Amino acid sequence: MSALHINEIKKYFGSLLVLDGVSLDIAQSEVVAVIGRSGSGKSTMLRCINGLEKIQSGSIEVAGHRIGPQGGDLRSLRKEVGMVFQSYNLFPHLTVLENVTLAPKVVKGVDREEAEEIAHEVLRRVGLAEKSGAYADELSGGQQQRVAIARSLAMQPKVMLFDEVTSALDPELTGEVLKTMEELADAGMTMVLVTHEMGFARQVADRTVFMHKGKIWEQGASEDVFANPQTPELRNFIAPNLK
Amino acid sequence: MIKSFGWDSVEFLIRGAGWTLLLSLMTFVIGGFFALVFALLRTLGPKPVRVVIAGFIQLVQATPLLIIVFLTFYGLSFVGLHFPPMMAAGLSLAVYTTAFLADIWRGCIEAIPRQQWEAADALALTRAQQLRYVILPQAFKISLGPTVGFMVQIVKNTSVVALIGFVELTRAGQLLNNMTFQPFHVFLTVAAIYFAICYPLSFLSERLKGIRNVRPAH
Repeated sequence: MSALHINEIKKYFGSLLVLDGVSLDIAQSEVVAVIGRSGSGKSTMLRCINGLEKIQSGSIEVAGHRIGPQGGDLRSLRKEVGMVFQSYNLFPHLTVLENVTLAPKVVKGVDREEAEEIAHEVLRRVGLAEKSGAYADELSGGQQQRVAIARSLAMQPKVMLFDEVTSALDPELTGEVLKTMEELADAGMTMVLVTHEMGFARQVADRTVFMHKGKIWEQGASEDVFANPQTPELRNFIAPNLK
Repeated sequence: MIKSFGWDSVEFLIRGAGWTLLLSLMTFVIGGFFALVFALLRTLGPKPVRVVIAGFIQLVQATPLLIIVFLTFYGLSFVGLHFPPMMAAGLSLAVYTTAFLADIWRGCIEAIPRQQWEAADALALTRAQQLRYVILPQAFKISLGPTVGFMVQIVKNTSVVALIGFVELTRAGQLLNNMTFQPFHVFLTVAAIYFAICYPLSFLSERLKGIRNVRPAH
């Protein structure tokens, strides 16, 4: 059963075509890495999946919810599709615990006690159980990003989207975030991750999708894509990373 | 009747100051309420509403407060709306305050990075919940300094309603001066009372600017 089905979507920014008929099917528990140069449309595609960007044609079905050019029931969709951003975007006026409990309480109407129970559980999963009283600016970038993952997990999503989540981090902090993501992948989470971490994509993603000029240019099992790229564009793109 | 400046004069001025404070407070509460509504509509309302509110704000900000007071007191009475000085004073100051505070608060709402809206959006919060739990609490902290700073302006600007005969601190000073002919005694005392009201507010405003612990997300 497919958890995510993207069907021929097109997206324009003004007159600029950024997604040119992208189609993609992702199975339950599959981990898909999306790679490509800046401007290839990879982040835009990810943002279309939970409706942060509107599509102009085509359709998307994710976790049983449908989006078309007219939009869709984005609230129900977002309850089941989590997103983690490059810049963490924690709520700076709330503690870690409050960040994580906010959506379950407000959106799902979970009572405080249960929300906190869930929060402690997901914070433990990302290795930050002891930080629940801290504010975002008291945490390192890597810790903030792990809280952001926990915040998303607390909604018990069926699919998680990761938008270059390690790109803003110092190199020595990316490891802890990638480890958290790997554990999620191992636990069977369906994940789509836009990433520049080629090593991680190759090692953790079941499949890697290479985007170029708003299209899916090449895709396949991660190991094959990296070991045996078919198109000159992909070869050029991954060559510097293989050194 | 000529009398000389004494303790009873100070008492008279302090009673005037009471009206200044009451008028300031009334202005702030009424003006603040509408300012909040206007700031929200100006940022999030439909286009025509935003345009109308922006127009209102610019118009009021470009009009001297005294003219607003005269328009309310004399102008409206010309078309049959007779307000007593207290009402006319409160109404004009509220209009003035609405225009300025709405603009200050709009700036505070817009100062919250777009990513904060987006993060809340991605967590399935409704627009109203995003405002209530994520945007407004952060905007509120940023707004404290400038808001209290603007209250100082309100307190001082209540003095213009002396010109329509409302006996607040400045008008009380004028009356007292007419009785005592000791303008330095009278008006220096008046100034001292304004200072006593405004200085703590200014001080608070500076402190609030310092302690705001909201760091916008990167």
